Amino acid sequence: MATTKDSSIGGKSFLDNLGKIYGIYTGGFFGFVAVLAVLEQMGVPNKMIGYGFVFLTIAVYAIIGILSRTSEVGEYYVAGRTVPAFYNGMATGADWMSGASFVGMAGTLFLLGYDGLAFVLGWTGGYVLVAILIAPFLRKFGAYTVPDFFSERFGGSFARFLAVIVLICCSFTYVTAQIFATGIIASRFLDIDFTVAVYVGLLGILLCSMLGGMKAVTWTQVAQYIVLIVAYLLPVVILSAKKYGIPMPQLTYGQAIQDITNLENQMAAKGWAATVKDAAGNAVFAKPHIKPFTTYDPLNYFALILCLMVGTASLPHILMRYFTTPSVREARSSVAWSLFFIFLLYFTAPAYAAFSKLEVYSLINKGTQLADLPAWMYTYGKLGLVKVCGVDVKVVQDVIAACGKIASHPGVLRLQDLSINTDVIVLSTPEIAGMPYVIAGLVAAGGLAAALSTADGLLLAIANALSHDIYYKMVSPNASTTTRLIVARIFLVVVALAAAMTAATKPADILSMVAWAFSLAAAGIFPALVMGIWWKRANTAGAIAGMILGFGVCVYYLVGTRYFAVSFHEMWGWLGTASKAQLDQFAALKQAWIAAPEAGKAAAWAALDKHAQAIASWWGVRNISAALFGLPVGFIAIWIVSLLTPAPSQAVQDMVDATRRPRGGTILVDKGAVTGH
Amino acid sequence: MANDTVDRHWARTQGLMWTMFVLWLIFSFVVHFFVESLNKIVILGFPLGFYMAAQGSLIAFVIMLFVFASRQDAIDREEGQAED
Repeated sequence: MATTKDSSIGGKSFLDNLGKIYGIYTGGFFGFVAVLAVLEQMGVPNKMIGYGFVFLTIAVYAIIGILSRTSEVGEYYVAGRTVPAFYNGMATGADWMSGASFVGMAGTLFLLGYDGLAFVLGWTGGYVLVAILIAPFLRKFGAYTVPDFFSERFGGSFARFLAVIVLICCSFTYVTAQIFATGIIASRFLDIDFTVAVYVGLLGILLCSMLGGMKAVTWTQVAQYIVLIVAYLLPVVILSAKKYGIPMPQLTYGQAIQDITNLENQMAAKGWAATVKDAAGNAVFAKPHIKPFTTYDPLNYFALILCLMVGTASLPHILMRYFTTPSVREARSSVAWSLFFIFLLYFTAPAYAAFSKLEVYSLINKGTQLADLPAWMYTYGKLGLVKVCGVDVKVVQDVIAACGKIASHPGVLRLQDLSINTDVIVLSTPEIAGMPYVIAGLVAAGGLAAALSTADGLLLAIANALSHDIYYKMVSPNASTTTRLIVARIFLVVVALAAAMTAATKPADILSMVAWAFSLAAAGIFPALVMGIWWKRANTAGAIAGMILGFGVCVYYLVGTRYFAVSFHEMWGWLGTASKAQLDQFAALKQAWIAAPEAGKAAAWAALDKHAQAIASWWGVRNISAALFGLPVGFIAIWIVSLLTPAPSQAVQDMVDATRRPRGGTILVDKGAVTGH
Repeated sequence: MANDTVDRHWARTQGLMWTMFVLWLIFSFVVHFFVESLNKIVILGFPLGFYMAAQGSLIAFVIMLFVFASRQDAIDREEGQAED
């Protein structure tokens, strides 16, 4: 710690007083919310409250980022390996929970009911795999980046290069989505143009990460976690206390679930909700909240859980957080703390969903005239997020006119008329519950913290792979510490700009590809990583074969079923699960496309392609779960190819042994770095 | 012999890993195979099958990881492989 001043961020007295420092910070944040609440009562306009939340929180993160600047490689890449388990857990929580988790998770549960819980399970259970299979061993190994491990264990640049490719494939779309989310939130609450908001967000992200790398990102992520968890819990705790007298929404929403089931039956009986015929031929509510497998069949439900879990355990921006703890022991308890902090949000999300659903269903069940839609529907309808009878809820006459066109519409709001964007659930809860605007501003600050912190972690993962793995390890191994840090920062800015420029174009394709990140990471990284640690016999040829084949199969399935669905279906239709009617429709659409005149070709193709996307599959598996195929292929390829080729050298086998024993220092030692011990 | 403790350390580490892995399989998948039957049991308004996916398994994961961290630490210390 030669160049770090004792009292500065990351210095000894900072680390000794973490509890006090972040305690004061948390108290200060509550004080800040209270001051804004008072200002609101005194008549300060909502817009100023929104400005206060967005700018003040970003300013605090930026100050932490600037105070954490460093000129040491070890601090830049792994925060000097001085981050205690508890705080690394918080930082990982912020790193992990994205803008979409914060804003969209509860909405997904609202829409999907039980089936949405695949995400809740998938995004928590993966940490068990991180702890028991991976993190402690990588910490002992002493890598700066995940590809570092691939290079040392599987001898050479090619394995490292493959790991970098996988890392960039799974992280870049993800970071673009985070910057997109910051843009959306900032533009909504600052009332500025989306493109400008994207670059405001970018500035916030760079200020946090550029000067201090991992060290700065760590200490801002801790601060961001505190903001995001307070913002997520507070509205729903207030709501639970108001409704049920107990400020524990996670306990009280059981009652809400009972009420939801009753309302579902009543609405179905009145014909105010979509129904299906049950086995006895009675019309019953189409998608009951608690009924499993209404959206995903069991195969897809469990495949999704598996892919999200294994993906969690393979995403480099998560794994690299465990490089920053002072010891292997702390790395293990840090995974436990991470999951605890993540759990706080994920076990609350179903409560949000249940309370909102109860609110909406009560509204419908009591028979709400289209002229009397509640104010929050107009607030979000104006943003295009709430539709009734297919039109945005903006002007009451438009809604009435649109519903009037539907045959035998009763004139009251029905469930099948209403469509709510998943983002609305969390954002609108304060308003639905009649809370002051300051709570809505708080929620925005929380969403912003979630998006910024995840963006920081991802950017650092990508930029470090480029600067450390590609530049330093492969191109210029003799580069001085100063040069390495300059190059690292240049890559950070370049990657951030590229992501922001992509996000500014609102790329629908990229945003829908985010869900792919989990399958890509799982198929490309997990088999070689786990076999590298747990099976000494795994060798270079095996790992390379496993990565190429596993990742290749996964990409083939993702891209094939999404972008080349027609030819995918024609080649693999015999493995699909399309019904006779669907196959006939495919044949008919294909004929229509062949017969279509030149002017109609494109439209006919679009119809054919859309239908093909719905049926192109292997055994009906959705493409979000592509790793279901990539994972076994990767494991089997490593196993077979390793056994067919010579065992790794004794030196490599000894290194694997050393990785398994916590005792002794890290295996990799960086000549330019001063790290903790 | 030094090698004995090293081998024993790794054997016990593997044993703990497999125990945790099996528990992970149970709480990630096996419990949820029975969601329809579990839903017939209702506690505090929660159908049990729904509750396990929304909270029960999550709580199990958190507890498992704290237990894992302390058990593995004990193994490291007892076999003389803990960090200084």
